[in-house]
Amino acid sequence: MIHTQTYFVVAGVLLGILFIKSEVLSWYRIQEMFRFQSVHMYGVMTGALAVATLGTQAIRRLGVRAWNGEAIVIPQKQLTPHGVRYWAGGTIFGLGWGLLGACPGPMFALFGAGVTAIAVAIASAMAGTWAYAALQSRLPH
Amino acid sequence: MAFLREPWPWYVAGPLIGLIVPLLLMLGGKPFGISANLRHMCAATLPSRLPFFRYDWRREGGWNLLFALGVLLGGFAASRWLMPGGYTVGIADATRADLLALGLHDLSGVVPAELFGWEAVLTRPGFMTLVVGGFLVGFGARWAGGCTSGHAISGLASLQLPSLLAVLGFFAGGLLMTHLLLPLLL
Repeated sequence: MIHTQTYFVVAGVLLGILFIKSEVLSWYRIQEMFRFQSVHMYGVMTGALAVATLGTQAIRRLGVRAWNGEAIVIPQKQLTPHGVRYWAGGTIFGLGWGLLGACPGPMFALFGAGVTAIAVAIASAMAGTWAYAALQSRLPH
Repeated sequence: MAFLREPWPWYVAGPLIGLIVPLLLMLGGKPFGISANLRHMCAATLPSRLPFFRYDWRREGGWNLLFALGVLLGGFAASRWLMPGGYTVGIADATRADLLALGLHDLSGVVPAELFGWEAVLTRPGFMTLVVGGFLVGFGARWAGGCTSGHAISGLASLQLPSLLAVLGFFAGGLLMTHLLLPLLL
């Protein structure tokens, strides 16, 4: 019997392949998206969202259990007063997305694809995470 | 077989990416989200007394770190064996013209070497892209409690209002950067 942990690696491999095949890890594609010059990225995201929604809602409504028999609990994000953390944090993230042209998933795929200088961005993203942790108690949420 | 060595159109790749969400739920009730790994990586490597990093990262994030390792391996395998060698991403002509006007010269590869090569790190455009861009992505993802995968895909898929707010923020920030700030920064 293969350990469950192995399946997470396999699922990641599938996603990494899809990031490459869909070109969503390409800085050029992100620029094209933010300039509204192609349907490509919007198509990828809409297609992904449609299937993810169908899958998630099917699991929820049919009470599907996980592979190991456990009930699946979908964690809910807590709505904060005025949702400040979501739109403010989201905007900061978007500023970075527009610059780097890669969100966290594609960063790892880019490294695998041989764009090794992305390690600088990963280290910098860790620094950003650390800075958030240091400021957490003083930021509005 | 050519299909195996070419980029896939959005209507093939998009739905397949979406399948990862129910797949992770079925594999053990895991919510799809990549950026939490940046937190786990901090917790695992940087000594800190910050409460944000005081948790059992192996127990909470072990599966996700393995998932991210898989993404890296998948990127390696697909770029080597499942794509044409030395190809150029087929972006729109208008984008190509905009990027050349921005001062880039070489639009080959998956990302421009002028921004993503090691020799670019200490140039202004490379530093802005990798160091400043990376920092904002890391900071913003944690403040917002998720990134494109956690909010735009799995959060919206479970019909969560916070994720909608975050996604609106992602696009507001991205549009602001692309149209107003990028010409000043690169």
